[in-house]
Amino acid sequence: MNAVPISWFLTLSAVLFVLGVAGFLFRRSIITVFMSIELMLNAVNLSFVTFAYQYKQVSGHLFTFFVMVVAAAEAAVGLAIILTVFKNRATLNIDDVDSMKN
Amino acid sequence: MDIVLFLVFAIIAVVAAVNVVVQTHPISSAVSLIGVMGSLAILYLLLGAEFIAAAQVIVYAGAVMVLFVFVIMLLNAGAEAKRGRSLVAQLLGVPVLLALLGLLAYFVERAFPGNVKVHFGGFTGGSAQAVGRALFTTYLLPFEVTSVLILIAILGAIVLGRKELD
Repeated sequence: MNAVPISWFLTLSAVLFVLGVAGFLFRRSIITVFMSIELMLNAVNLSFVTFAYQYKQVSGHLFTFFVMVVAAAEAAVGLAIILTVFKNRATLNIDDVDSMKN
Repeated sequence: MDIVLFLVFAIIAVVAAVNVVVQTHPISSAVSLIGVMGSLAILYLLLGAEFIAAAQVIVYAGAVMVLFVFVIMLLNAGAEAKRGRSLVAQLLGVPVLLALLGLLAYFVERAFPGNVKVHFGGFTGGSAQAVGRALFTTYLLPFEVTSVLILIAILGAIVLGRKELD
């Protein structure tokens, strides 16, 4: 048996997505939370490429391409925001960044 | 051979992803995340997405993660401090996540009952030529909008990163 069932790829995607959610919810370092978002985006990208294989359409690859571009832009802006937060508050813990809570 | 390739890199991806979540030091998480992205690039090749695999390595494992590592080093980020966690999160977090995973896997298995198999070379429409043709015909407007988005992101990063003028 040589071929891989397509559901294995989608299950791997689901596992990676849930791990990304876990990192997003459980971690307190703002940089690690940001990396968990990237992990979730990667998991969704794997789903898109798998669907592109299943339906033999190139559109899934295009969606992945656009997700990558948006993720790169998001990383640039997000890390600039992290730098600004660190400059103003000297902390990377998301529990300490609570000025909108009151 | 395909199934061995899939299993090896799927296991690497999952182990590295677990490592992203459990490591306390951000730089260890970043290096593990590069491992996830690299093994995902191999799986994209298996699915016939050559262009996306190359873009994954260059854009994600290259540019984005270099940016992350650069910021971690710039901020001299150390291991994150352990705080009192909320009791609700401790009790409910992992079971709810496992329920989410079970739900996703259940619907995946129900919607794709294993009749479609992936084998290397089963889809050859993912070359740079095919992706480029679709990008500049069907998806021309989103592509141009994307360039505007990147311009706005560059301007935003510069505005956020500049020194405040008094």
